[in-house]
Amino acid sequence: MSEDLKILDEVTNSEYKYGFVSNIESDNAPKGLDESTVRFISAKKNEPEWLLEWRLKSFRHWLTLEEPTWANVHYPKIDFQDIIYYSAPKKKPSLNSLDELDPEIKATFDKLGISLIEQQRLAGVAVDAVIDSVSVKTTFRETLGELGIIFCSFSEAVHDHPDLIKKYLGSVIPHTDNYYAALNSAVFSDGSFCYIPKGVRCPMELSTYFRINSAGTGQFERTLIIAEEGSFVSYLEGCTAPMRDENQLHAAIVEIISHTDATVKYSTVQNWYPGDKNGKGGIYNFVTKRGICMGDRAKISWTQVETGSAITWKYPSVILKGDYSVGEFYSVAVTNNMQQADTGTKMIHLGKKTKSIIISKGISCGKSQNSYRGLVRIGKKAEHARNFSQCDSLLIGDKCGAHTFPYIEVGNKTAKVEHEATTSKVGEDQIFYCNQRGISTEDAVNLIVNGYCKEVFNQLPMEFAVEAQKLLAISLEGSVG
Amino acid sequence: MLSIKDIKASVEGKQILNGLNLEVKPGEVHAIMGPNGSGKSTLASVLAGREEFEVEGGTVNFLGKDLLDMSPEDRARAGMFLAFQYPVEIPGVSNANFLKTAVNEVRKSRRLAPYDSKEFLKIMKEKMALVEMDKAMTQRSVNEGFSGGEKKRNEIFQMAMLEPTLAILDETDSGLDIDALRIVSNGVNALRDGNRSFIVITHYQRLLDYIVPDFVHVLYKGRIVKSGTKELALELEEKGYDWIKEEVAVGA
Amino acid sequence: MSTITKYQTASTAFVQEAQVFADLYGSAHPTLAAIRKQAIVAFSNRGIPTMKHEEWKYVNLTSIAQTDYRTASPADSQKLSNSDAEQYRYAGKDAILCVIENGKLNVAASTMTGIPAGVRIGSIDDFSSDAAVMSHLFTHASFEEEAMVALNTMLCYSPIIIKVDAKVKCDTVIQLIFATVPGVDPLLIPARVLVVAGEQSEFTVVESYHTLGAGALTFNNVVSEVVVGKAARVHYSKIQVEGDEAQHINYHKVNMARDSYQHLTTLSLGGAIVRNNLNIRLDAEQVNAYLNGLYVLNQKQVIDNHTLVDHAMPNCYSNELYKGIIGDQAQGVFNGKIWVREDAQKTNAYQSNKNLLLSNQASMNTKPQLEIYADDVKCSHGATTGQLDDEALFYLRARGIGETVARSLLNHAFAADVIEQVENETLRESLMQLLDVKLSALQIEA
Repeated sequence: MSEDLKILDEVTNSEYKYGFVSNIESDNAPKGLDESTVRFISAKKNEPEWLLEWRLKSFRHWLTLEEPTWANVHYPKIDFQDIIYYSAPKKKPSLNSLDELDPEIKATFDKLGISLIEQQRLAGVAVDAVIDSVSVKTTFRETLGELGIIFCSFSEAVHDHPDLIKKYLGSVIPHTDNYYAALNSAVFSDGSFCYIPKGVRCPMELSTYFRINSAGTGQFERTLIIAEEGSFVSYLEGCTAPMRDENQLHAAIVEIISHTDATVKYSTVQNWYPGDKNGKGGIYNFVTKRGICMGDRAKISWTQVETGSAITWKYPSVILKGDYSVGEFYSVAVTNNMQQADTGTKMIHLGKKTKSIIISKGISCGKSQNSYRGLVRIGKKAEHARNFSQCDSLLIGDKCGAHTFPYIEVGNKTAKVEHEATTSKVGEDQIFYCNQRGISTEDAVNLIVNGYCKEVFNQLPMEFAVEAQKLLAISLEGSVG
Repeated sequence: MLSIKDIKASVEGKQILNGLNLEVKPGEVHAIMGPNGSGKSTLASVLAGREEFEVEGGTVNFLGKDLLDMSPEDRARAGMFLAFQYPVEIPGVSNANFLKTAVNEVRKSRRLAPYDSKEFLKIMKEKMALVEMDKAMTQRSVNEGFSGGEKKRNEIFQMAMLEPTLAILDETDSGLDIDALRIVSNGVNALRDGNRSFIVITHYQRLLDYIVPDFVHVLYKGRIVKSGTKELALELEEKGYDWIKEEVAVGA
Repeated sequence: MSTITKYQTASTAFVQEAQVFADLYGSAHPTLAAIRKQAIVAFSNRGIPTMKHEEWKYVNLTSIAQTDYRTASPADSQKLSNSDAEQYRYAGKDAILCVIENGKLNVAASTMTGIPAGVRIGSIDDFSSDAAVMSHLFTHASFEEEAMVALNTMLCYSPIIIKVDAKVKCDTVIQLIFATVPGVDPLLIPARVLVVAGEQSEFTVVESYHTLGAGALTFNNVVSEVVVGKAARVHYSKIQVEGDEAQHINYHKVNMARDSYQHLTTLSLGGAIVRNNLNIRLDAEQVNAYLNGLYVLNQKQVIDNHTLVDHAMPNCYSNELYKGIIGDQAQGVFNGKIWVREDAQKTNAYQSNKNLLLSNQASMNTKPQLEIYADDVKCSHGATTGQLDDEALFYLRARGIGETVARSLLNHAFAADVIEQVENETLRESLMQLLDVKLSALQIEA
């Protein structure tokens, strides 16, 4: 090990800064999962009969499925009977005034750097804050309402906009889609709902902030975004959880419907608790995210910065149904210590002249394993479809792994599909060059890695990009050695 | 031999040629000059039959035939040659094989017997001398790994082999040093035989010192806005294009 | 009968046959008899792989499972004569031709004169007293991990062995002509090859697969094991030109010792379903491995190239280039994995897969994979699928070359790239001819 690397080796043990526990009293479902759990959740949310039926159908289907094992991740079998499927802050969250919000909740979000006080926001970002299973506060609702934009918790949408929910729930990700999607469809507790009417350009970033607080709980939220013809919305998602020795399950669903000429940008900064240095604790992040470009020239763009979770299993995907529709996936996935990530995307080209781009940057440190897994499928009728994929992996340290598993299925001769992937380590010559200019090795690594991720960060809204860079720096701390 | 009437063309929905007219008679050399984006290369592409260019109006008559109705290969067989601004690299296809195929296809269309290997080599040797081309280049893949100058020489060499009736040189001088420019020009001049016509598209007057044109046209916003003799090129060299733009503005 | 049942029934039938074989051939080579028994267990556990198996997801073996195959026996061999084989001579008049007819060496049909000193070619019976060679037999290709290797291991009865002694440089090409002669019953042919390259030896081996005559279906299930000694250089070509109906699964395992070099070319032109599994283990430092592949498909052919480049040790280099042209309703598959194990630092590994689709009914599935557990590496893969470059096509047409001719010229250039890297000139020219014959059979659609 070079002298520089030794120094860096010492700068280790960076703590997860969102690992605190808030003392919020919560109302929990009993541990375990059977039909009564599903009924309990549905009753708690005062749901209509059809939704309960849908949940039960999902639950019964889930029972017939087996936990998937194809991903390049390893963990002890999850005991689904040892999880609390519903946990809500006890004090009824206020929907009218921030003053009525549990001060502890407010403090929690302040500590996370998420201000729920609208006036204090620098940029116009509307936030839906979700703690454990329920939405506690949605900001800027009135402003958005004037434009016809609906931005509220999923539970409210079930009551206030049942037709939209009925029409779109499960339309992109059917309850039978996969093991965790079926589970989520049975027990999802809350989440965000967003509807952008025809021709409206959403004037601010919409944001959901997810927080797991209670011990022993699983989080199963659901997000549904509908962009009507010619509309535009940019959506942000952030996640954190306390440090605990146990593994907690997060199995969410995000569904996006982008109609003709509509654009949806969905950005995630995922920073669930990754577990400690030895791999103890951390979130199992098993998420299904998928959007469909329903109409011509529709566009869906996923950007994700994945730094947290003990295990990440997610493939934000786009079904390019409309002609000339566009799908994008920009991803930075950093794994350190004992983390495992198996993430990527699926681009399913059905329409003519559809276009997709995949830019994935994996960074593996410590003893972590980081896999890109992706599918590009060009259907028989997708004339002149185009895809370009670039999947790069960077290795920092010799105990980690970086893997690439792209699937490319082309069924139309007019397609043009290009895939490139590289794996390398941070160049010693680059570090030396920086050293020679007076930059410490740690800073140099940071600098180089940031440059390496720039293409993805550029896709994030400004404020988020800065956040992502900071997060990256924290995740990389202690990684060189 | 070539009569372009009121041609309008666009690429990716953007109109580039706006009613352009040009008459070229046998043996004439026409230079087409103009500022960037005036449509010079579009004209070359439209004449050669590049598919991305949509012809929206006008007619082009070439040797009594409707040029616009012909496939790129039929245009070439009829005697039109385009020296590309950016000659394409084709890995795996040797220059010699490529040219032999091309020459014999053109001969076939003219109901001439194909050259056998021996005849072909003999002619090739002759023409290579014209552009001072090294024999090794014929065994290399088409344009692959060629320097800018080599690529342009290769274009002229191909022109010599295919013996076109009308040759269009699309910025053949771009990226050439003075020696290469001389070689390329000598090659072109050697092919001027009183019947063969040329359209020389260029940015700079420099090339016209070597290949002396009969006519000089200024292309601006997709139309020929001024025509003259070689003196016009000198004037442009001295004064730039601004005065032309002003004239057009006043005229409009 | 459901598809699953078909697979089970076929697998059970093979196992029953293998048990009979174990008694039949067991006594001659007792050490192998023990391995054969293990293979029976391994195959019974796995059975014929279905598309649910990740490694078989793009190739459907139902047509194999539902055919009532009988394993070829010595009685199905020894019918061909020398003139039958001579037409497939690819590497010049000096080349040694070994004819393996339905899985068994046919000496009469072969041309085995002029084998240089230090080179031995024969069947297992010729090598039974050579303990060093026998220690390699059945040991490199893992029947535990691969069902189709297990199938071969439990059924093959006459492995062919090539041994080249240390420091022997053999200019004479050794061509193994695998002659598939269809019979009245559908035939499973479990051919097996072992090549042992001594230290610092250098030579060229060609495996070529042909169908002679017509008859019931045939299924070649081949395993080749190549042991490349220290600083040895092995040039190897595998040429698939079997008939339209042929089913073929082969597994090719190479083990490479320190400072060794190998250049392996896989040319797949024939057959109905062809699966090539290549498993190259770079087992010591300073190894150079080149893997090139070319597949040109038409009609309803399915060709699946599965490669694994296993970098087990540091300071090695591998380079893989696979190209495919797929026409008609054919399906191409490329699944290439580069695996860099934990200690394999300073690995340089490259992979490229390029495909041309010529028809709208054709399809191509590509899965390039990098699995990397060492950090000081340079690895990359690239994959493209599409049509010929429009610019190149236009350039050719602008020179008067008609579109059809232009396309076939470009197709040839695209494919020839792989064959041009074959070192032996005569062989290279033969392969080029095979390519051109196949290309001319392709429907070229604009």
